[in-house]
Amino acid sequence: MESISRDYVKKKYDPVVPGGINEWPVVALSRSRQEFIEEVAEESIARIKALASTREALIEEIETTVFREKLRIKRNPWAVDPEDDSAFLGIVQEKLLEISQSDDDEEKNEKLDDILKEIVLRYADEIAGNFKKSRYRMTRSIVTFGFARLLNASRARGFWSIFSTQFTLQDKINITGEIDQLRELARKGTIVMVPTHFSNLDSILIGWVINVLGLPAFIYGAGLNLFNIKIISYFLNSLGAYKVDRRKKNMLYLETLKAYSSLAIQRGCHSLFFPGGTRSRSGKIEKRLKLGLLSTAIEAQRVNYQKGKRDALEKIFVVPVTLNYNFVLEAPSLIRQYLKLQGQERYYVENDEYSTSYKIFAFLVKFFTKGSDISVSIGKAMDVLGNYVDTQGQSYDKNGRVIDTQEYFTKDGRIISQNEQREDEYTRMLSERIVNEFHRINKVFPSHLVAFTAFVLLKKKYKKLDLYNLLRLPEEDLIIPYKEFKAAFEKVLMRVHTLYNEGKVNISPHLTGDPHQIINQGLKNVGMYHSKRPLIKNRAGDITTKHLNLLFYYHNRLDGYNLEKYVE
Amino acid sequence: MSNRIVGVLGAGSFGTAVANILAKNANVLVYARNPETVRQIQQSGTSAGQKVSDKITFTSNLEEVAQRCNVIFPVVPSSNFKDLIVQLAPHLRPYHMMIHGTKGLHLQLPEKRGSDFVLTKDHILTMSEIIRQETVVVRVGCMAGPNLASELSTGHPAATVIASPFNEVITEGTSLLRSENFQVYGNPDLRGVELCGVLKNIIAIASGILSGLNLGENSRGLLVSRGLVEMIYLGKALGGEISSFIGLAGIGDLVATTTSTSSRNFTLGYKIAKGQTLDEALNDMTEVAEGLNTIKIIKQLADSQGITPLITETLNKILFHGMKPETGVNLLMRHPGNIDIDFL
Repeated sequence: MESISRDYVKKKYDPVVPGGINEWPVVALSRSRQEFIEEVAEESIARIKALASTREALIEEIETTVFREKLRIKRNPWAVDPEDDSAFLGIVQEKLLEISQSDDDEEKNEKLDDILKEIVLRYADEIAGNFKKSRYRMTRSIVTFGFARLLNASRARGFWSIFSTQFTLQDKINITGEIDQLRELARKGTIVMVPTHFSNLDSILIGWVINVLGLPAFIYGAGLNLFNIKIISYFLNSLGAYKVDRRKKNMLYLETLKAYSSLAIQRGCHSLFFPGGTRSRSGKIEKRLKLGLLSTAIEAQRVNYQKGKRDALEKIFVVPVTLNYNFVLEAPSLIRQYLKLQGQERYYVENDEYSTSYKIFAFLVKFFTKGSDISVSIGKAMDVLGNYVDTQGQSYDKNGRVIDTQEYFTKDGRIISQNEQREDEYTRMLSERIVNEFHRINKVFPSHLVAFTAFVLLKKKYKKLDLYNLLRLPEEDLIIPYKEFKAAFEKVLMRVHTLYNEGKVNISPHLTGDPHQIINQGLKNVGMYHSKRPLIKNRAGDITTKHLNLLFYYHNRLDGYNLEKYVE
Repeated sequence: MSNRIVGVLGAGSFGTAVANILAKNANVLVYARNPETVRQIQQSGTSAGQKVSDKITFTSNLEEVAQRCNVIFPVVPSSNFKDLIVQLAPHLRPYHMMIHGTKGLHLQLPEKRGSDFVLTKDHILTMSEIIRQETVVVRVGCMAGPNLASELSTGHPAATVIASPFNEVITEGTSLLRSENFQVYGNPDLRGVELCGVLKNIIAIASGILSGLNLGENSRGLLVSRGLVEMIYLGKALGGEISSFIGLAGIGDLVATTTSTSSRNFTLGYKIAKGQTLDEALNDMTEVAEGLNTIKIIKQLADSQGITPLITETLNKILFHGMKPETGVNLLMRHPGNIDIDFL
């Protein structure tokens, strides 16, 4: 799979921060970690008190927190949880009891403040990342060096080729899109990168991309569950991740998390959220984003403006990114969960293909020794209201007129006001813009298109069946004659090219040329490492599947483009 | 509050009525397209037959409105709405708020339509969506409710709904419009409230036809109730919330426009029932009956989506295809009665 497009030129990027790693905001943050945690705690307490404005409300909020935390410890414990969780909650409960027995208002308030501070500090400390320069450097070399060895060994012949430098990770992972703009803006302002989320590999992949592009490390919210796995935990810690525990849904925790993110952005730390919140279970591009962390980008922008930071240097830029795979390691379990839960997120046991370090290692070896490209599309940067910006960080409306982003936070163009409901609405608007951009920059691979065509053909053939009954059909009913398949494929392919020409989707260079070739390319790659392949040619040369659930999963990638009606 | 100045776009009867209500709380700058109109109003002190408050000034300069006013109320017919907004757009800034009072739809079709083109709700824009699409203004709202222009000028008790996803737009609109005889309610469902105002015009035309045929009040009760059901079905399909339709902007406005002879849409239906052709009826009228355009748009949508809104379809036949009003009513009455309410 050679690079066949200019688009995919391998390029070396200099670091955008000339002073080197010591100048990075994330390094400054980790240097003053304790101080920052205190600041986060203070900010969180202010927020919590604004939300629970009376003493009674605050006590109730803390009691709820304790109750839910106890439930979590009992029902859903993780290896990464600190051992003294339970003891800590016991102490909090005792103190709450003391308060309820006291008559002295002042004493009550004082004690309550103490409890609140302890809880919030504990959360802030858990959330806070632990970026270490030395570890970052080491991880960087392991990733680039180690993977490059595997790659060269597999592609070139002979034992000594393991020391060859002919191939690097960039041959494997194509980065396309608005790279230069991103690099330019990272020098000028603060980047909030928002990628799609399909696989646990995303975190590492995106960390590598950021490094290859010469950008300083980003901080990012990684699911605390990932820290259960040692190898990933090591990578994440060194890449500047902070921890997000999605089991904790109490208000105290959520406010602390938001305060952490907002303050870090205000300090100029480039940040990364997976705005879908969790891996896409269905394989669809996220349609609904989690608004919590996203709102911190808007809030941080407003606070910066309130502090009088008016130039592009203090501006926040939202950059959507899509990660495009032929193969998602955990697809079988993801789609199983999707079908089971149908969107209702409940507690479930984290048990998937990433559960042990060994499995991940085995996957990585497979991945780098066999040909399956990944591409990363970097979208155009936007301001926090979703307007495109130029390389200078200046916002424009769709007619090319300059917009002063600050004015969105005023009623008269002058006085900046804080209005939570307004910012909630802005967050919703921003999330819609991001979803639109995801669909626009999403790169269609041949593998996506064959999966899509095949599944829709089957769905149309059995249109009286609902999804669940369709998925239960026996294998022998799932054969599509090649001629029929090819005819349908060509129609969808044409439509995808039309969409591409209209700027509504992106396509892989492999999606041009002879349709027969494209189909073969697609069949070769779709879900290629699964033990049961989602799509194959049988002996007669017809198309069939060994695993319809997986086919459904890979087909979902092209959901939302109204392509169904072109399959016939 | 005395030195703030609020903009109104449009000096028709409703625009003037809105300006007069606003004038109780603020200075008002009203835009009229034609400089000659502005001169006449200034000379006579009346606009669209209403006496004009002395806190209102008039201009034919759009840029001036954008520069002097932070809150602007566009109140022009839907057929001119987009053009006006496009003209205004270069002067608008993100701090502006806009609350429109136009009860119509805009059909936006792609320039190139392939043979596989299907009209969907995405091609039907409400007025607030035009503002969002054409300008940098995001804090948008609408006012809707039983607000017959001719009655508003008398100062009888009345109320309106300000709908916007932004609380601050509702608060701002309320503080500007509210007075002792004018109540203001808030609703976050902007699209739903806009659709209430839009769709009720269809039923108003039908109601005019009933009156023109002297069919009495039982039939009107029947029409209002079945009309509301049709509004709700269409409104839901177009993305509104059911709850908005049973509020002031829905049932409230529906009752006012289906019973008032001063409603334009009612009047249009009445004339048709009295035997006038559509052209004759329109010739007599100085102002736009929005219901007419709405029926055209909804009919196209219904056809492409394979749904049959009974009242709208029948009116389409009466207005554009020469069906006799009596035949239309018979057709409706012959339709087998269904379940009374099946959407709650």
